[in-house]
Amino acid sequence: MTFAASDAASGAPAGSFAAARLPFAGQNGVHVALKILIAGGFGVGKTTLVGAISEVRPLRTEEQLTDVGTGVDDLDGVERKTTTTVAMDFGRITFPDGITLYLFGTPGQERFWFMWRDMVFGAIGAVVLADTRRLASSFSSIDFFEEHNTPFIVAVNCFDGAKRHTTRQIRTALDLDPRVPIVLCDARRRDSAKHVLTTLVQHALDTDTR
Amino acid sequence: MESPKERRIGSDAGPLVRPYALTGGRTRPQGKRLDLVTILVATGAVSDEWARMSRDQRRLLELCRTPHTVADLTSQLDLPLGVVQVLLADLYRQGLLEEHAETPLTARPDPRLLQRVLDDLRSL
Repeated sequence: MTFAASDAASGAPAGSFAAARLPFAGQNGVHVALKILIAGGFGVGKTTLVGAISEVRPLRTEEQLTDVGTGVDDLDGVERKTTTTVAMDFGRITFPDGITLYLFGTPGQERFWFMWRDMVFGAIGAVVLADTRRLASSFSSIDFFEEHNTPFIVAVNCFDGAKRHTTRQIRTALDLDPRVPIVLCDARRRDSAKHVLTTLVQHALDTDTR
Repeated sequence: MESPKERRIGSDAGPLVRPYALTGGRTRPQGKRLDLVTILVATGAVSDEWARMSRDQRRLLELCRTPHTVADLTSQLDLPLGVVQVLLADLYRQGLLEEHAETPLTARPDPRLLQRVLDDLRSL
């Protein structure tokens, strides 16, 4: 199968039919659900970011044959079948007041936009996770959220060894609206991931009341 | 229909049944638009279709005894989202599932809800 290495593939019973328990749903189920989208290129740290603050599960989506199957550039050699499974990172944070926050991470490239279009409706907003070594890979995500009037922030994952830039340099390089927040983060750290999410939600609130 | 004991012979082998065979070849859900965070719950209505339902549909109904989101259901069934959306839309049309009324999805969440999420995140 093509979906990215995930806890569920190894940890949870394969073919979860056998599991009668509902490990994921809490005892009383979900009552208020909200979602945040995490966009970014391959290897930029989406899975890490989602995993730093929530429980991650894989979510399979099937690429549409006609839309995406042809003329697609090589994707690490894994997606050569006629139908391919795309894994979305999917994380959940359940709060005591009954709100469940869902984080969905999907690739930012334009050819995945058919997925984004469905997902963006009703979302709090989006985090565009960027890597300063490959800033250009963030352009298409930024374009998408600008076009859809979705509140978004840019979070720059500064993992070890990555060249540091100031947020001002990054803003210039991305040609970003001055109102769009940029945060430097370490996607591995929970407090950092928390800062990223709070910045986004605050920005979404500010956007609504502006 | 009784299914084989194991749907997969190994994680590398992929599914033994093409995913959309489970939906009778349909790739688009009919009727209700089901978002990843749409919350569904079983209505408790009795269906005379039960005997003809697939194992996956029965399992969806069982899970929905408590409110579940489409994303949770998809992850639990380990089937592609598109397949689960078709199966769920069928159950919805038959009146076996309904949307959990507390959270109708709007284009943008209510600011009061956003404020709650912000407070929740800060107290993590």
